Amino acid sequence: MRPSLPAKVAAALATACLPAFAFAADAVAATDQQPTNWNAIVMFLLFAALTLFITRWAAKNTRTAADFYAAGGGIKGWQNGLAIAGDYMSAASFLGISALVYNSGFDGLIYSVGFLVGWPIILFLIAERLRNLGKFTFADVASFRLQQSPIRTLSAISSLIVVLFYLIAQMVGAGQLIKLLFGLPYIYAIIVVGALMIIYVTFGGMKATTWVQIIKACMLLAGASFMAFMVMAKFGFSFEALFAKAVEIHPKHLAVMAPGALVKDPIAAVSLGVALMFGTAGLPHILMRFFTVPDAKQARKSVLYATSLIGYFYILTFIIGFGAIILVRSNPDYFVGGDTTKALIGGGNMPALYLADALGGSLFLGFIAAVAFATILAVVSGLTLAGASSISHDLYANVFARGRSNEKTEVRVSKMATVGLGIVAVILGLVFEKQNVAYMVALAFSVASSTNFPVLILSMFWRGLTTRGAVVGGALGLISAVGLIILGPVVWKTILGNPAPIFPYEYPALFSMPLAFLGCWLFSITDSSAQAKLEQGAFDAQQVRSETGLGAEGAVSH
Amino acid sequence: MTTNPSVQKIMDDPKYRELVRKRSTFAWFLTALILIVYYGFIFLIAYDPAYLGTPLSEGGVTTIGLPLGVAVIVISILLTGVYVRRANGEFDDLTKQLIDGAK
Repeated sequence: MRPSLPAKVAAALATACLPAFAFAADAVAATDQQPTNWNAIVMFLLFAALTLFITRWAAKNTRTAADFYAAGGGIKGWQNGLAIAGDYMSAASFLGISALVYNSGFDGLIYSVGFLVGWPIILFLIAERLRNLGKFTFADVASFRLQQSPIRTLSAISSLIVVLFYLIAQMVGAGQLIKLLFGLPYIYAIIVVGALMIIYVTFGGMKATTWVQIIKACMLLAGASFMAFMVMAKFGFSFEALFAKAVEIHPKHLAVMAPGALVKDPIAAVSLGVALMFGTAGLPHILMRFFTVPDAKQARKSVLYATSLIGYFYILTFIIGFGAIILVRSNPDYFVGGDTTKALIGGGNMPALYLADALGGSLFLGFIAAVAFATILAVVSGLTLAGASSISHDLYANVFARGRSNEKTEVRVSKMATVGLGIVAVILGLVFEKQNVAYMVALAFSVASSTNFPVLILSMFWRGLTTRGAVVGGALGLISAVGLIILGPVVWKTILGNPAPIFPYEYPALFSMPLAFLGCWLFSITDSSAQAKLEQGAFDAQQVRSETGLGAEGAVSH
Repeated sequence: MTTNPSVQKIMDDPKYRELVRKRSTFAWFLTALILIVYYGFIFLIAYDPAYLGTPLSEGGVTTIGLPLGVAVIVISILLTGVYVRRANGEFDDLTKQLIDGAK
């Protein structure tokens, strides 16, 4: 029986999404432990030593809650921009997008563009208002004029779901990567990542986390720039010459220069776009970065730096992918059984790494492998800090202790939460070693775009939003996003083994996000309680602070 | 909620309404622009992939889709630059006048 067209499209999209979005999944299927790579191990140890040294420095300068959660608000715009770029340029985007370009050429560009366009929206609508209204977490902003307990509880639940699923995907990815690149057992990677992440965050807080991101971003940008430069140098810096050679070598020939199988169905394409664009604007670890700068001016600057660096990086990955078509596809050494028609040794995410080997030998391959591992470590640290802040600042200090706890206890709870999350991440990393984790990043982006984003944006822009509306709408977004992913092609069909998915699209955001907005609207306008009137009446004062920064949390000077 | 006197003063200041109006018009205009650019690109991919696959020059391999895709990235960066320039200049000046006036 032939599968129906929507199912085929969804399956094609799901397959195409795997490498770009959660390279971990692909690695799960195909990694065998490789010979020990000492170059990579030594270079990673250098990175670890440098970051631990910085953590020691950061620990000395981390005393208050503001230091711990927000680096005392003393991070400069360009530094924060680099750190945001570091948070965002994950191993999935480096290895995954270059692998997508290697396989289908033009289609890789579609992903890069989707990942980038969320940033202008964050700047125009969110960044400065977030900075002016909030203190440590985005729930500070969402609950500014609404009731603390329900809003913070909802925000903490959705943040923890986003953080945990993202963490699992990263941990499993780290384990597979280290088997492949370093030639060390899976469990080593999980424990090293868990231990280093706990050390960075508990001792150095946001300061250490920020600097780990900055260093990693610089390493990744330098490595990728070098690779792209070397590729272009081989073709006299002519794109036409590069593309002509790639078209000649690639089995799909001219088809790699045009949109392929990735986006055929407009609904699937738009739903993916909605998840990428608005999910970015609802990721708790990204939103948290805006509290590390002193004011709205620096918050805006950090988005400009981040957008420029991320855009530049995606253009590099495109060149790297085409370089790999030419230099990797033609070299039998990189293929199973020395046969270029077979699979790459180590799986589908390897093109960028083999290109590094082809361009700079085993030493440069070691560098890029170490960078890829450092990338995961940095992303995991940012996620853990965001999760720990949700637990300590939102759940403990403002819901459980109802604002009666002191700063010292709050930071202590946060550190305990970090250790707890680190241990949970290690355990889940081990549990999910052989599982398909591809849907987890999709789930994180979908929940972020369907719960955090609607509640946050409406609380800032719509006077009419009430606590009841926000809680019902946010919960509807959360439940529908999670539910539709379970009924979708990856979980329902691939993992649970049912013949066809009940919901045909991998990304439910096109449906779950409007549902959240609708819920917020309907349950706000029908809310005639006295509390609702008070909340709506408080909008003017909130708007003055949001627009002018009057009364905003200032930078802490030392 | 009792309103802070300087908050009330700012709300009554015509400059405040000017700031809010100018900034939100500008921000929503740029938001609409980026949405049109991005979803325009996505719809072109979904409905007319052959157009994106047209070579730029006779006999060449570089297609129209490539500069268009790169253009979406470049436009994103440029629009953020345009917003930051105006917000960090004109809007921040206006904000400073407002806050000074309310003291």
